[in-house]
This record gives sequence, structure tokens and C-alpha cells, in this order.
Amino acid sequence: MTGVPVIDAKGLGLTFQTGDGPVVALSDVNLAVRRGDFVSFIGPSGCGKTTFLRVAADLERPTSGSITVNGMSPADARQARAYGYVFQAAGLFPWRTIDRNIRLPLEIMGYSKDDQNARVARVLEMVELSGFENKYPWQLSGGMQQRASIARALAFDADLLLMDEPFGALDEIVRDRLNEQLLDLWKRTGKTICFVTHSIPEAVYLSTRIVVMSPRPGRVTDVIESPLPAERPLHIRESAAFLDIAARVRDGLRAGMGDDV
Amino acid sequence: MVADHAPGSGARIVGGRVFPVLVVVLSILVIWYAGAVLLNRAWVLDQAQRAGVELSVGEVVAQSWSQERPRLPAPHQVVEDFWNSTFGTRVTSKRSLVRHAWITLSATLAGFGLGAVLGIMLAVGIVHDRTMNASVMPWVIASQTIPILAIAPMIIVVLNSVGVSGLLPKAFISMYLSFFPVVVGMVKGFRSPDRMLLDQMHTWNAGRRQTFWKLRWPASMPYLFASLKVAVAASLVGAIIGELPTGAVAGLGARMLSGSYYGQTVQIWSALLMAAILAAVLVALIGLAERVTLAAMGGRA
Repeated sequence: MTGVPVIDAKGLGLTFQTGDGPVVALSDVNLAVRRGDFVSFIGPSGCGKTTFLRVAADLERPTSGSITVNGMSPADARQARAYGYVFQAAGLFPWRTIDRNIRLPLEIMGYSKDDQNARVARVLEMVELSGFENKYPWQLSGGMQQRASIARALAFDADLLLMDEPFGALDEIVRDRLNEQLLDLWKRTGKTICFVTHSIPEAVYLSTRIVVMSPRPGRVTDVIESPLPAERPLHIRESAAFLDIAARVRDGLRAGMGDDV
Repeated sequence: MVADHAPGSGARIVGGRVFPVLVVVLSILVIWYAGAVLLNRAWVLDQAQRAGVELSVGEVVAQSWSQERPRLPAPHQVVEDFWNSTFGTRVTSKRSLVRHAWITLSATLAGFGLGAVLGIMLAVGIVHDRTMNASVMPWVIASQTIPILAIAPMIIVVLNSVGVSGLLPKAFISMYLSFFPVVVGMVKGFRSPDRMLLDQMHTWNAGRRQTFWKLRWPASMPYLFASLKVAVAASLVGAIIGELPTGAVAGLGARMLSGSYYGQTVQIWSALLMAAILAAVLVALIGLAERVTLAAMGGRA
């Protein structure tokens, strides 16, 4: 828990120039993500939570302030392959089998064939997809596709996982199951995870810290340290502590929305 | 999947495909025969009048369908000539339609190959280079607004004067027509991967070359085959047109041209029939290659 923060944002701002004039996506965001944290970003659409992740991933350039990833600029961190990014949709290549999809970043990064084989087998087992390596994406359910996508992000040695609403398109039952698996994965691998969501229960259930954001302009309104224990069975969601945090997140969201709701 | 369709597919083909096709073919034949009577009867009646003979309706019809040099040959005349000049003639003979078809086909294939490669290379440049994107596309489009018949003779004359003759000038004209659909299709195909997949490659720090071979190229396959089908048909047209102004003595184009010089309409039509068959076979071959490729890429269809 010591040393350089994995992500360190200071006064971070991003303004998009659009045809309708400037749109402020992020404004004065100060946030440090510590090693081993599971940080959720929650807020209504347009609050900049995805933008923050994209800035950290060097997919967008900030227009003010500074951000470092593993102590480097996002561009350097990307070139050092410091993070794995899981998008909203699984983004599997339809012409590649699950095995070859997971192999794709490994091929690009130049891992040896043997190393690739070992890694693919390991991460497939981690996300419980062993036996599906020769299936094509369309032969898998949405939940399985998203698990394959997570496996792909785990396959190379990035200790930071950036996840942009990875379970947003899935039904609640599948989502619960994947949340459990993700927590388990996080504990086993010790990775740092940044997780964008707009589900309050999901954020509270998963996180060690919850970052509440609000739109117009995108800013951080509250950072909540979760008092929940590391061991989290699904029914923890009925406990008083859980409901307390959920209430606080809801209040934070409501305050951030102002009169808009 | 193909296997899912297997039960009862025979019945469905008969009910769903063969019948409509038969109806269309029969309608064409009826219209064709009727047209032959309409167009050819004037000559028949004229001949009869000169000879001072009265002809019954049946005789007029029969003679309209069996003239030596009809305005519109009847289908059976075309088929007969096609059969004789294809199977009834030695391949080495100047009258062999197989020989003429091969000469045109070789130019078509050469032009198609050149056009496909040129088209793909231009598309690669257009997708990867801003300057090419802005500058090349207008020229590509402009090239197709020029009537090919107008520049075909110039191409042949210019190439001839630098000592290039035979197959190559025809292949060149064929390429001129066939690269266009490939450029347009492949630019679209190379740009078909959505933003998210490109972002994903970016997060893995993939280079342009890797992004091209691992993402853009495979993603463009459906577009490639669609444009190759158009291109191969255009190649054939190009090769035939390339034979018209050259005074070429061989090839389907030359066959059509000499047919029109000597009023051999049946010969023109059987050359046309051969060209149509060639085009159908070439398109079908590309369709087959498409099916094999997409199946190997895990395609659902």
C-alpha cells in the first residue's frame, strides 16, 4: 500500500472542442489510486468516468493538469504495456477463436509461442473458460464473451486493469456471478483495478474505494473508503454496513445532480 | 450453418428456387422468339413478294427463325452455332469459340490480377496516408468517368509504339476498369473495424503494420470478395473492349466485331453467350473462394 500511486491525477481537466462549442468532460480531478486498490467510478452518464479511464489509458489527452500511471506519463505507460483495458463490449475478433483472441495481445507484444500457450491456458482457467478455446465468439454467451475479454486483458503482465462498464450489457444474474468471479480474481492476482459502473450495488460490492462523480462539468464529488471486509459473499449486500455505503453513494450522486433530477 | 438446413432442403429448392428461375427463363425465350419474328418477318415477306409467293403465317414464322443473317437470331440458332463452334470445331481452328474465349480469358485474368493488386494497394495508401486520402480518391473517380471506349484505342496505340502488344494492352484496359471497385470496396473494408477495436489495438501498443494485418485486413474480407465479383465482370468487359479497336484477329471482342462487319449476327450472339458464360463462371469461382475463406474465418453463414 506504499510507494508511488498506480494512478495519480492532479487538477486533471479535459475539454472537448465540438461543433456546438467546448464540452467540459473532466474538471479539476484530483485522485490517487493506490497499489492493490479496487476503485469503482460511479456517476450518471456524462460525468466523465469513462473519460478519466481513457485519459489514464492514453486514449484521450488531458487539456489541463497532470496524470501519471505507474509514475510515468500515460503514453509511456501504454508503451510499457502497464495496463489491460476491458471495454464495454467484449470486442473479440469474430474471425479468431477464443484461444487466438486471447493470444492476440501476446502476439503483438512478441511473447514466445510456448509462453503464449502457457498464458492462454492459465487465464482461460482463471475465468473458467477452459474447454472453450476453439470456439468462436458468436458461439459463446454474452457473459462468456466478456469473461474471455477479461482473460485477454489478464494474459500479459499488466498489474493495472482498467474496466469500462464491462458488465453493463449483461443481465443481473450473470452480472452477480461475474462480480463474484472478478473479486476472486482480484484477490488472487493482487492487481489494481479501476472499474467504471453506474450500478450502485455493483460499485459497493466490488470496491475498496468508490469514487462518486457528477456531470457538467465532470468532477469528483466524493471518495468513499469501503469498510466492508475483504471476504465478500453475495449476501453481504443485505448487511447494514453495505446498505449504509450504498445510501452514502446515492446521496453523493443526488447532490451531484443538483436540480437536474 | 449449412448442416442445419439439410432436412427438406431439396423440396425447398424445387419450391423456392428452380420454379421461379424456370419461369424467368421461359419468359425470356418466349419474348425472344416473338421478337425474332417481329424483327425478321419484313425480310421474309419482302423475299416472298419478289418471288410472287403467298406465305402462310406458319411459313413466315418458320422462315423468320431460320435465316442465314437475321436481324435477331432465334435462340436455337444461337445455341446451334455456339455448340458447333465450341464442340464441333478443333480448338486450334480460327473458328473455334474455345480458342477465342481462351484468348479473352487470359487477358481478363491478367487484367483482373493487376487491377485487384493495384486497387488493394491504392486502398492501403488511402487509408493510411492523409495526403493520399485527399488526393488520390478524386483521380480514381475521375478515371471512371472517362468512357473506356474513348481511351482504349489510345492505350493500345501508345503501348504499341513502345513495343508492347498482344495480351498486355488488353490486360491494361481490363485493369483500368477492374481496379475501381476494388479501391472503393477496400477503403470501406479497411475502415470497417469500429473505434473500439482500434482503441484496443492502441492500448496494446500495436504498430500500424500489426493493426493492418491483425485487424484491418481480416475485417475487410467480406468487402474484398464483394468488390472482386464486380471487378472480375468489369475485367471481362475491359478485355473484350480492348479487342475491338485493335483490329485484333482473335478473342471474343474480335469475333463480335468481325460478326458485325459481315452481318454474321448469329456469330455475334454466340460470342455474347460465351462471354456471359465466362462471366458467370468467374463470379461463381470468386463466390466459392469467398465461402471457403469466410468459413475458415469462423463465419456463421
